[in-house]
Amino acid sequence: MEKKLYTVTVFSENIPGLLNQITIVFTRRQINIETLSVSPSAIKGIHKFTITAYTDEDTIKNVVKQIDKRIDILKAYYNTDDELIYQEIALYKIETGKVLAMGGIETIIRKYDARVLEVLENCIVLEKTGLYEETQNMFNELQQSIGVLQFIRSGRVAITKDKKERLSDMLKKIQEYRSKGVDV
Amino acid sequence: MKISGSKALMEALLNEGVDTIFGYPGGSIIPVFDALYDYMDKFHYVLTRHEQGATHAAQGYARIKGKPGVCIVTSGPGATNTITGIADAMLDSTPLVVITGQVNDTMLGTDAFQETDLIGITLPISKWSYQIRDPKEIAFAVAKAFYIAGSGRPGPVVLDITKNAQSEHVDFTPAKCDFIRSYLPNRSIDQYAVTKAAELINSAKKPMALVGHGVTIGEAEQELMAFLDKADIPAAWTIMGESAMPTDYRLNKGMVGMHGNIAPNIKTNECDVLIAIGMRFADRVTGDLKRYAPNAKVIHFEIDPAEINKNVKCEVALLGNVKNTLPAVTSLIKQNNHKDWIDSFAQYQAKENDNVISKELNPKPDEPLKMGEVVRAISNATEGNAILVTDVGQNQMAALRYFQFKQKRSVVTSGGAGTMGFGIPAAIGAKIAAPVRTVCLFCGDGGFQMTMQELGTIIQEKTGVKIILLNNNYLGMVRQQQELFFSKRYSSTPMLNPDFCAVAKAYGIATSHVTQRDELSSAINDMLKDDNPYLLVVEIDENGLVLPMVPPGKGNDEIIV
Ligand SMILES: Cc1ncc(C[n+]2csc(CCOP(=O)(O)OP(=O)(O)O)c2C)c(N)n1
Ligand SMILES: [Mg+2]
Repeated sequence: MEKKLYTVTVFSENIPGLLNQITIVFTRRQINIETLSVSPSAIKGIHKFTITAYTDEDTIKNVVKQIDKRIDILKAYYNTDDELIYQEIALYKIETGKVLAMGGIETIIRKYDARVLEVLENCIVLEKTGLYEETQNMFNELQQSIGVLQFIRSGRVAITKDKKERLSDMLKKIQEYRSKGVDV
Repeated sequence: MKISGSKALMEALLNEGVDTIFGYPGGSIIPVFDALYDYMDKFHYVLTRHEQGATHAAQGYARIKGKPGVCIVTSGPGATNTITGIADAMLDSTPLVVITGQVNDTMLGTDAFQETDLIGITLPISKWSYQIRDPKEIAFAVAKAFYIAGSGRPGPVVLDITKNAQSEHVDFTPAKCDFIRSYLPNRSIDQYAVTKAAELINSAKKPMALVGHGVTIGEAEQELMAFLDKADIPAAWTIMGESAMPTDYRLNKGMVGMHGNIAPNIKTNECDVLIAIGMRFADRVTGDLKRYAPNAKVIHFEIDPAEINKNVKCEVALLGNVKNTLPAVTSLIKQNNHKDWIDSFAQYQAKENDNVISKELNPKPDEPLKMGEVVRAISNATEGNAILVTDVGQNQMAALRYFQFKQKRSVVTSGGAGTMGFGIPAAIGAKIAAPVRTVCLFCGDGGFQMTMQELGTIIQEKTGVKIILLNNNYLGMVRQQQELFFSKRYSSTPMLNPDFCAVAKAYGIATSHVTQRDELSSAINDMLKDDNPYLLVVEIDENGLVLPMVPPGKGNDEIIV
């Protein structure tokens, strides 16, 4: 089966050890996690994990079900890039002296729609939000022209193109079913 | 009134209806055992000789009782000794609540004496694990643990309780748990899937059913047979599904898988609709997936969504407890007759009879004793009413193949993990769960020696288990694969064994030693004459093979006789 990048979104109760519960499912199948980001979700008390990994569709389906099976996981989904709006953020540290000596930094900032976060005596920190390729291209260009002292890129954050938050729908449904004496 | 966390734990266990606890004490759990001292009239407490034994005994108890087995052990090595039992229970969907001591919460993470990260270790092999660091958590955590262990697809749950939480005091009121929003095991029936399944079954010319552990767990034996009878569908069982149908039930076509019967293995690959009922298409059942059931549309009755399409893709998935989903489908299927198809199993049954079964059950007089004939003799002597417990290896396969059943919920075996040493403690648990039934354990010389210290538990508890040691002086199942696939290079499989009867005698357990065929029946009579523990050692053909066999990684149609 064809391998591609899948984005797995996991909603969980906010308790310790959950990240471990999720990552072991990937580890068991020897799937490398490309990016990972964790934050509280829009719903109070619920955490959201966004994970990307290269694999095939059969495998990701099983992975998502095995994550979902863990007791403290509320719901896990997977999506392909076309179903998502997603971004990553990157920070670049460059040497102030070199920037001043060489010039041309404004062109790069404009070209990539980046911004200056901090200017210090010894270094300047730039920030760029965008797709992986975009933050990578800017890195390449900076590296070639001025040289990058430090570079860091976040994990992917993603939102589905659907109208509603899938989880809030699910939580509502659970309430309805409860009154009928079943869980789902 | 405030009570200690340990006493709160006792009350919480009583509140869950616990009547039996298997365990072993130690430093980090002393307060709990101290509280237990005042509850000895409320719980049957069983001191095993090793924590692994406690877990397998709790498994044997759980499998026969149909409710969670409970263990209490100490931290560190006590806790790590439970790992095999927890992993085994996970693979075989056995409800367990394993309570382990832990160091004081202030010492967590410091490599304190007997501190191990049990939550970290058990995460991947348990259904749920939770550390209690404050006695206030006891009521809710225990309730949640029992709900999780016993509901949906059952499994082992770990409660790691720090020593301070055992001794600090708390206002205790018992809690009840029947709902967790992130865990939704009670599904409504998918009517669309029910209709689709009924259509497929109604149109099938060669339908076949596979019965797994889910039928026993769901107590759906009646529902299963009502379904099979109505549609007239031949059914085979996985080793975890044995005894869900009586052996002599007309549609019971035997065992599938690596050492299963020829007919159902061959017929799996001929059938046009394969109906999997509470089973998970384990590799020991399917063999090579590429060659598995190539002509079949698959209907999968299953409680665990993660099993759907995991190994075998299905046409229709019926999620939920088979106790509910089976009758829903039964009501929509038509009364049917598949006589020709069912009769077509007979030629393969005859082939297996001639080539395997008759040689195993009626060997020539000058041949050494075979496992099959011993198993069948004991099955006959107990009239198909005994509980069968097995260890692992050739003895296990022979026992599962040749023991016969009239009663449901009568088999305790380690299927998914194949844990040697499971047998003796599991038999203890089974007998404690069903004291009025005869419990026969078959084990090998290898497996017996993995947990034979539990003979101590047997005499302390006066547990009347009947242990039949099929002694071939080999790690027979490994030897078999070496004989067939590794040019008879018997690396590490011959064993120099002790005088097993002398071991039994050291414990004061009645015993006899059978070396000749004509000694067998009187030894069996001696074993079954009362309800006391017994060790029957039978010397078995060291060259014996369990056949038929689907070689590892091969297709079920490549079964060798
Ligand atoms: C704990 C454990 N270790 C190793 C194995 C691998 N194994 C499977 S069957 C077997 C041989 C069992 O020998 P014995 O108990 O004498 O039974 P027999 O096959 O001879 O009947 C071994 C070593 C296992 N299943 N479990
Ligand atoms: Mg042996």
